Amino acid sequence: MDIATLIQTISNSIVAGSVYAIIAVGLAMAFGVMKMANFAHGEFFMAGAYVVYVFYALFGWPFPAAVLMAIPIVGAMGVATERLIFLPTRGNVLAGFMATAGLAFILQVLVGQTWGVGLMRSVPTPYMGAADILGANIGWQRLLIIPTAFAMLGLLWFFLYHVKAGKALRACAQDPETARLQGIKINRMTMLAMAISGASAGLAGALMAPIHPVTPYMGHGVILTAFIVVILGGMESIAGAVLAAVLLGFIHTFVTTVSDAIVAQMVGVAFMAIVLVVRPQGLLGRVKA
Amino acid sequence: MNWKEPLLAVVLLVAAGVAPFTASTYSVEVLILFLINLILVSSYRILTTTGDWSLSHVVMMGTGAYATALLSKWWDLPIFLTVPLAAVVAAVVGLIVVTPLLRTKGFGFFIASFALGELIRLSWIKFRDPFGGARGMIGIPSGEMWEIDFFEPIPYYFFVLVVAVASLLFMYRLDHSRIGKTFKAIYTDEGLAESLGIDVQRFRAMAFVTGAFFAGIAGSLLAHRLGAIDPKNFDVNTMVYLIIWIVVGGTSTFWGPLIGLTVMTIVFEWARPLLEWRPLLFGGILIFFLIFQPGGLEGVFAQVRDRLAARRRGKADRTSAGNQES
Repeated sequence: MDIATLIQTISNSIVAGSVYAIIAVGLAMAFGVMKMANFAHGEFFMAGAYVVYVFYALFGWPFPAAVLMAIPIVGAMGVATERLIFLPTRGNVLAGFMATAGLAFILQVLVGQTWGVGLMRSVPTPYMGAADILGANIGWQRLLIIPTAFAMLGLLWFFLYHVKAGKALRACAQDPETARLQGIKINRMTMLAMAISGASAGLAGALMAPIHPVTPYMGHGVILTAFIVVILGGMESIAGAVLAAVLLGFIHTFVTTVSDAIVAQMVGVAFMAIVLVVRPQGLLGRVKA
Repeated sequence: MNWKEPLLAVVLLVAAGVAPFTASTYSVEVLILFLINLILVSSYRILTTTGDWSLSHVVMMGTGAYATALLSKWWDLPIFLTVPLAAVVAAVVGLIVVTPLLRTKGFGFFIASFALGELIRLSWIKFRDPFGGARGMIGIPSGEMWEIDFFEPIPYYFFVLVVAVASLLFMYRLDHSRIGKTFKAIYTDEGLAESLGIDVQRFRAMAFVTGAFFAGIAGSLLAHRLGAIDPKNFDVNTMVYLIIWIVVGGTSTFWGPLIGLTVMTIVFEWARPLLEWRPLLFGGILIFFLIFQPGGLEGVFAQVRDRLAARRRGKADRTSAGNQES
């Protein structure tokens, strides 16, 4: 591997890790707050990509505006999912998880029937050209993802640690009963968590729309990665999810470079299996008393 | 004694024996698939009794199917050997898969089982030799026995029927045995089960491996019938359909999944003209049942029975009260 390829691969790894982090943080957060296990998280990602397809490719809005639209739209889908599925199945992780598998079917069909199933939707690349770093060519479109991910995770961190609602959310994740005793409204918190969860998946999908084939089934490949990241990160830990996302981004990208994408996925799962055997609580997870 | 269950079984067996002669060729094919799915859904219930709703179960079925394809194409093994051997292969793979999975529970178990199932499925796509890659394997012989060609639907139907009845009988006995009750004890209260000296992890593994064994049988029968299999046959969509069958039926008794499969097979055939919209319908049904009828159809039957019994008791109370008055 020469230096240019190495830099190329490293930067691609960071890009992949950033996308995984945005997706997995939402999944981990929803599970952390009141055990909402969302199988349709990949379909939220897909919905974000379709928001960009509709607003940017069809309506001709500026790309950043289309990406920003994905946040409230998919966030609202998250809230609706919380109200319609997770609220009635609260206390039963399995029922919520299986019901969102049904939701995934529904979203796939609705999107497929509205915008077509067969061919992938083409979203033109808004930012052409590539940065030249020591001989490595990295497309601006990809590079753009890194600062966006940093901004998003920074905002989330600020919200969780310095805003009252965010602190309430963390309290609710740690101990819902005690949180309720402090006057925190659990129902508000679950809605908030699913709003953030949906918004983050939607944002990731929106950012990936120009560089990822947009199809109704694009969520499937993503959900596998998101699941692996969440397990590696220790199920409920957001910091763990970010760390695991970056790690998996590197593993996937390096293995894809030297072999192919299927082997990369396989190595990712195998890594997860080894971590489960050696350290079942995940990289940053704590053993529950 | 409970005489209803054996009676029901006899009636069903007679019906199953007569059915292929009154049905069209297409319907016989549907019936064959139904019987195969019957083994699959029952085998999945074994796992669910411990609370481990694995998302890799159809991959275990696929393991049986791929094993069958390899055994019958490479070594020309006859069908009465490929089916049990495929089941053993699936059980061994199940044992390997369950080892890391035992470290997880609940949501972690679901998603880790999904990931490990995908690992196996991806290996079928990756290794074109011997698994045929994304396009799968073709030319799997339909098998024959005593000079009877199983390419013909009716003889194969009876072969599958015999295997299915034997498998279901075994699983029924297992469900009512001490082991089956231990599985349920683990689900009801793991801590309590452990404190009674039950090796929880060993029983969870046992349920998983037994389930994989019978899923392997189902996969083997499927491979012989279809003649061609590919990794898409065993993807997460198929898995969700399996979950729909079992959720619609309910899991608290042996009969629940069988009811669910029967009803959903009828709905599936009925919804054939809707083709592209079918997943939406099924997804909606799944959500409906999980939210409004978590006990499944089996729960509906139980409710109706309880209500009837209550009414009868009510009547009896009233008459006895009347008698006392007079």
